[in-house]
Amino acid sequence: MIYVFVGLAGALGALFRYSISISTASLWFFPFPLATLLANIIGCFMLGWFTTRIMKQNKVSKPLAAAMGTGLIGSFTTFSTFSVETVMLLEEKLIITALLYVVSSFIGGLLFAWFGYQLGRRREKSYD
Amino acid sequence: MINVLLVAVGGFFGAITRFTISGWVKAYVPSLFPYGTLFVNICGSFLLGVLIGADVETVWKLLVGVGFMGAFTTFSTFKVEVIALIEKRSWKLVIAYVSVSYIGGIIFAYFGYYFKLIF
Repeated sequence: MIYVFVGLAGALGALFRYSISISTASLWFFPFPLATLLANIIGCFMLGWFTTRIMKQNKVSKPLAAAMGTGLIGSFTTFSTFSVETVMLLEEKLIITALLYVVSSFIGGLLFAWFGYQLGRRREKSYD
Repeated sequence: MINVLLVAVGGFFGAITRFTISGWVKAYVPSLFPYGTLFVNICGSFLLGVLIGADVETVWKLLVGVGFMGAFTTFSTFKVEVIALIEKRSWKLVIAYVSVSYIGGIIFAYFGYYFKLIF
């Protein structure tokens, strides 16, 4: 049953990511892959927060934690699209854009995962 | 509407496959190093490269590319695992995990993209 929960949440996460790429397509005309970066950075923040705030306090059941963390947020963010988009930018000789994409994903993702982590922890302390 | 369905179905199976594989890896390769996430991310990068390189129809791009491969691989888990390793001060693992993920992911996506040239 836990597999069905993870799958359904994963479907939802993929749809949220897809909706970001559709809504940015009409607003963003540069080759820089903004949609993936946005989904990835938002997801890092959410999972960082979720990991400390919810999972470590055992407030939610295991199936729900797997559905939310692994299913919803895990599927909302993506690594394969990031890798292939970087390759496509390199193929189009947009070296600076590719470099900018990798660096902003690297630093942005780490920073926002850490923000989420700290925010979850702060709440955790104040509720003790 | 059909597009939404394709992405959802792909995402459903992609998430389950990642969950299953990371469960196996945790059970059979117990380690501080996140082999499970690394494995799915590199595999997924290669396979998405193959798909895009083969220039398939939009239906397949949505079902397999955006849906399945998008959900099968994950960026958030990767980053949160890096934060957890930083918290443990396992600097060697941090450097190994980050560099193998980025360099491996991009190189394997490249291999995938040019995979059709082999045939």
